Amino acid sequence: MKFPGFVKVDQAGRKRINRVPSPFLARGLPWASVMISSILPGMLLIASAPIMPPLGFLAFVAWRQLRPGLMPVWAGLPLGFFDDLFSGQPVGSAVLLWSLAAIVLDEIEDRLPWRNFLTEWLVAIGLIVAYIVLSLFIANIAGASTPLHVIVPQIVISLLCYPFVGRVVALADRFRLIPFREIR
Amino acid sequence: MAPPLNRRSGHSRRAQYSSFFNYAAGVAGALLGVVLLIVSIFGPTVFSGPRAIAADVVSPVGGGAARTRAAGQDIFSTISGYFKAGASHARLERELAVAKVRLAEAAAVREENARLKGLLGIARSDPPAVAVTRMTSSTAASTRRFATIGAGRTSGVEKGMPVRSTMGLVGRVLEAGITSSRVLLVTDTESLVPVRRARDGIPAFAQGLGDGTIRIRLINLGINPLKKGDILVTSGSGGLYRPGVPIAMITTLLRDGGIARVLGDPSHADFVVVEQSWAPEPPVVPENRDEPTSIEAEDTQDEAPTP
Repeated sequence: MKFPGFVKVDQAGRKRINRVPSPFLARGLPWASVMISSILPGMLLIASAPIMPPLGFLAFVAWRQLRPGLMPVWAGLPLGFFDDLFSGQPVGSAVLLWSLAAIVLDEIEDRLPWRNFLTEWLVAIGLIVAYIVLSLFIANIAGASTPLHVIVPQIVISLLCYPFVGRVVALADRFRLIPFREIR
Repeated sequence: MAPPLNRRSGHSRRAQYSSFFNYAAGVAGALLGVVLLIVSIFGPTVFSGPRAIAADVVSPVGGGAARTRAAGQDIFSTISGYFKAGASHARLERELAVAKVRLAEAAAVREENARLKGLLGIARSDPPAVAVTRMTSSTAASTRRFATIGAGRTSGVEKGMPVRSTMGLVGRVLEAGITSSRVLLVTDTESLVPVRRARDGIPAFAQGLGDGTIRIRLINLGINPLKKGDILVTSGSGGLYRPGVPIAMITTLLRDGGIARVLGDPSHADFVVVEQSWAPEPPVVPENRDEPTSIEAEDTQDEAPTP
């Protein structure tokens, strides 16, 4: 057995005693990761059809499901506005839909305290399908005339993608709470 | 742990108020979203400023992403090239034989063209391109088809300029930022391009369908003369798009037109060219034409429907 100087060491070999997570990282990482996810789909490929999942929304839902109280209910307002700047939707579309999603998720949080992977995925499936369909309708009100069948592949890809986004968010959550700032 | 059935957040007034205000702010956010939506639906250009700034800020990252994307596509095409080498070699040889004949024909036509133009005294040359740039990003998660290109007002790009790749028309500039611009792709459902069949000039409109294809609507109804594989080029009517730029190839026939595949598929275009907006020559008015008299002008005013 090894006792390296009586300092508790975690699996990654870092010292844990006398250390706290950085408050900036602990508070800011969820916001930053959602914002990066909003920009990312446009960068990955120049698409001629809507096929990328709305990663910003998926990350937003995943953070709210993993840590319900971490981002306030009104987080959909600034984050949705940021998403609207890049998504191509009329501005206000994500502000409205993300705020509604946050309220719905909070309500489900209260009614359904015992959850597992499957129930969380089912809840997310409902939200994602509603989000993509409503986004189409809002875009159509604002001047487009896209038929409904165009978004079917995107819905399927998004639903399958959600657990993966959840894993990445969980990784980010562990990274967020790494205690590396020394208390003096 | 399951939360208690009593959903009050404890006896603390402060906790109760903060929970209440949190929800109130959430609802207010949704309402503000509705207001923003109404503003952006009735004034589509209201938010173009913030959007352009956001695109300008992200544009350098997009340039890097574009290079990575191109490299990634190269890797995939190299790998798939090994599997298809034999078949494509044979096909290319056949095409080369045909192309050599066509090249000779084209040279003859060019010579004849130059001679005829010389006879007519026309020396029309195309104006130089405004900018050659990469596409930095697109709205891949939305049903709208916008893309961002890495050239803006500093490069001389202005609203309305057509954007094309080496293969064909890609779209037109919708909003010009400082170092980046937003392009409405021809596959967007709001994009409407006047086109004609390359072979004989049958006029039609090309409207995007939002799924990467284009709906071709013929202007003259009747028997549909289109065939699969027909190439459509811009007709230049109404200005904006220079005539003769290839745009799409018919893949499916419908009663009043067809569905066409885009030739200048932006996902395969490494570089795009921003061109000057094209304006048709003003019609030549014969000098001896009678000016409308004042009586005629009054007549037309009388005939105009009163609101």
